[in-house]
Amino acid sequence: MTQNGNREITYLEAVREGLILEMRQDPEVFLLGEDIGIYGGAFGVTRGMLEEFGPERIRDTPISEAAIAGAATGAALMGMRPIMEIMFMDFLTISMNQLVNQAAKIRFMFGGKASIPMVVRAPAGSGTGAAAQHSQSLEAWFIHTPGIKVVAPATAADAKGLLISAIRDNNPVIFMEHKLLYRTKGDVAEELYAIPLGKADVKREGSDLTIVAYSIMVPRALEAAEQLAEEGINIEVVDLRTLKPLDEKTIIRSVSKTGRVLIAHEAPRTGGFGGELAAVIAGSEAFDYLDAPIRRLAGRDIPIPYNRTLERSTVPQVEDIVAAARTLAQEGR
Amino acid sequence: MTISKVVLETDTSPVTSTGLLDELPKEKLAWMLQKMCETRYFEEKAEELYIRGQVHGTMHLSIGMEAASTGAIAALRPDDLIIHHHRGHGHTIAKGADITLMIAEFLGKEPGYCRGRGGSMHIADIPGGNLGATGVVGSGIPTSVGIALALQMRKSDKVLLSFFGDGATNLGEFHESLNMASVWKLPVVFLCDNNQYGMSAAIKKVTNIDRLSTRAVSYGIPGETTDGNDILAVYQATQTAIDRARAGEGPSLVENVTYRWRGHSKSDRNLYRTQEEIDDWKTRDPIVRFKQVLVEANVMTDEEVEAVDQQAKATIDQAAEEAVSFPEPSPENMEDEVYAP
Ligand SMILES: Cc1ncc(C[n+]2csc(CCOP(=O)(O)OP(=O)(O)O)c2C)c(N)n1
Ligand SMILES: [Mg+2]
Repeated sequence: MTQNGNREITYLEAVREGLILEMRQDPEVFLLGEDIGIYGGAFGVTRGMLEEFGPERIRDTPISEAAIAGAATGAALMGMRPIMEIMFMDFLTISMNQLVNQAAKIRFMFGGKASIPMVVRAPAGSGTGAAAQHSQSLEAWFIHTPGIKVVAPATAADAKGLLISAIRDNNPVIFMEHKLLYRTKGDVAEELYAIPLGKADVKREGSDLTIVAYSIMVPRALEAAEQLAEEGINIEVVDLRTLKPLDEKTIIRSVSKTGRVLIAHEAPRTGGFGGELAAVIAGSEAFDYLDAPIRRLAGRDIPIPYNRTLERSTVPQVEDIVAAARTLAQEGR
Repeated sequence: MTISKVVLETDTSPVTSTGLLDELPKEKLAWMLQKMCETRYFEEKAEELYIRGQVHGTMHLSIGMEAASTGAIAALRPDDLIIHHHRGHGHTIAKGADITLMIAEFLGKEPGYCRGRGGSMHIADIPGGNLGATGVVGSGIPTSVGIALALQMRKSDKVLLSFFGDGATNLGEFHESLNMASVWKLPVVFLCDNNQYGMSAAIKKVTNIDRLSTRAVSYGIPGETTDGNDILAVYQATQTAIDRARAGEGPSLVENVTYRWRGHSKSDRNLYRTQEEIDDWKTRDPIVRFKQVLVEANVMTDEEVEAVDQQAKATIDQAAEEAVSFPEPSPENMEDEVYAP
C-alpha cells in the first residue's frame, strides 16, 4: 500500500486490470487476438484472463490480422465492444484496410447512422532488439485518419484509466502500449476509474522550458528534468496521453508560461506527430511568448536496427533529451 | 526397408523415397547429414549465447525440424533461390551460408550478413540466392510471386523455394499469392514447414482441414504432404515440385509435417502442449533417423556418420569463437543506407 491507499503495480498489470474490470461489468466487451488465451499474449498482458472469462470472450484467432480487424469492426458495428490485440503494432499494416477504410469511415460515410466502438491494443516501440519489423511506432498513420482516436499512456495509472475510457468510447481507438513500459511500476487505485480521452496531464511543473511528450518519452523526459533541475533548469513535462483528440489547451498554456518547448517522440521525425504539434503551437497565442524556436527530438529517419547500440542511437534517450533541453534553455537568451 | 514411417494419423500415401539412397551420390547424402547437424549445433549454440546474455533480441529455434529445411534445399540447384521466415537458420545453412557470418549477425556484429541491422530473424545472403527471412508471418509469400515472375519474364530456368510456417497459411496473403502464381504458372514451390503450431495455436484448432496441402486444390496446383522428419521424403516431394516449376508448368504446394522441440521463442512457457507430446516427437529426431537410414543401407558406416556429426560441431564452435571477436557496427550515418543511390 502506498500513501494514498493505492498499490504499486506494473503498467502491464494495470492494462490487464482495466480489461478485467470492464469485462466484468459489461458483457458486450470481449477480446480477440493471437495467443491471448492459454499463452496469455506475447507480452503476458492477458495472462489468467482465459480462466475467468472463457474462450468465447478471450478469443484466440488464427494468424489473420485482416480478419481480426474485420471481426472487431463488424462486431462493433453490431454494437458490441470488441478489443483486438495486435501482437506487435507493426502488424497493423495487415489490418489497415479494415481499420482505415472501414472502421474509421463507417460513421461519417453512413451519415452518422452507425458507430464502431472498438479498441485496438497495440504494443509499440523499440528497445527489445526485435529489429525493423517488430519495433515501430506507427501513431502518425492513425492520427492522420479522421475517425480514429489514438491513445498512448505513459504510466500504469493512466494506462488503466485511459483504457476504460477507450473501451467505453463509441469510436475506434488505437491504444498504444509501449513494450518498455510494461515492466514499469506506478501507483494505481484498485477500483474501476476512467480518465477522459483528450486530456493531457502535466506530469511535472516547471518554469523554464516545456517538454511535450507521450508514451516512453514521458519517463525519459521526467528523468532528464530531474538531472537538469540540478543545473538550475526548471522543466515542465506535459504528457499528452491522448494524441487524438489533442488537448491543445494544456500545451498552449504550458508553452505560454515557459516560453520554450521541446517536443519528443520515438517515431521517425519526418511526417511524425511532432510536426503537427509544432504547427499547433506556432499557430496559437503561445507563439507570442516563445523565446526560442520550437525544437523537436524524434527518432531517426531509418528503420529500427537490431544491434543494441544502433537501436539505442535510433530513438531519443534520456541523455539526448538532457542535451537538447539544456541547449534550448540557453537559446534566444 | 521402409525409410519413412508414416507419422500422420491421416496419412494414406506411402512414401517411396528408398530409391533415393541408390540414386543420390554418397557425397550428397553426407552433405545432407552435414547440413542437418550444422543446423542443430548452430541452434544449440545460439541458445547458449542467448542464455549467457550475449544476444539482445529474440530468436526462433527449429531444433527438430532440420529435415524439412535441408531436405527441400538439397533438391535445388546451387544457383536456385530461396525466401524464408523467422525460423530460418536451417534454410540459411542449407543454402550454403557462411556460418561465421550468420553467428556474427546473430551477435549484431558489423561483418554479419546484415551488418548487425537484421539479427537472427532477418538473415539474408543475397549473392548466395537466399533472398532473406521475414519476421512478419507470411509476408515472404507475396514477395515470392514477384521473384518468380522476374525469373519467368527473364526466361531464367532457375526456381524459387518459398518457405513459410503452418500458421502463415491463414493469412490472406497466402491465398492471393498461390492463386496468382498458379494463374501465371510461375516457377516457385511453396513449402510449408508445418511444425503443427503457430506459437500456441495448434494448427488443428485454427484450421478445419487435416492437411494443409489440400488447399492446393483451390488453386488448381498439386499439393503434397510428407513426413517432414524424413529427409528423403521431403527431398523427393520437393524434387517433383521443382521439376514441374522448371518445366514451366507452375507452382506446387508441399507441406512437410514436423515438430518444433523448443518453445516458440523466449517468451514461451509451453502451456499449450504436453511434455509427453514433446518427448514423443523427440523420439522421431530427424537427424538420428537419417543416420540410421544411412548406416542400415550401408551408405555410410557408423564412424563416418559420427565423423560428419563431429565435424559439424567443430564448424559451429569455431565459427562462434571467431564471430564473438568481430567488431561492432557504428551508429553513425545510418541515414545514408535507407535509400539506394
Ligand atoms: C503477421 C504476423 N502476425 C503475428 C506474428 C507473431 N508471430 C511470430 S511467429 C508466429 C507463429 C507463426 O507460426 P508458423 O507460421 O506456423 O511458424 P512457426 O513459428 O511455427 O515456425 C506468430 C504468431 C508475426 N510475426 N507476424
Ligand atoms: Mg508453425
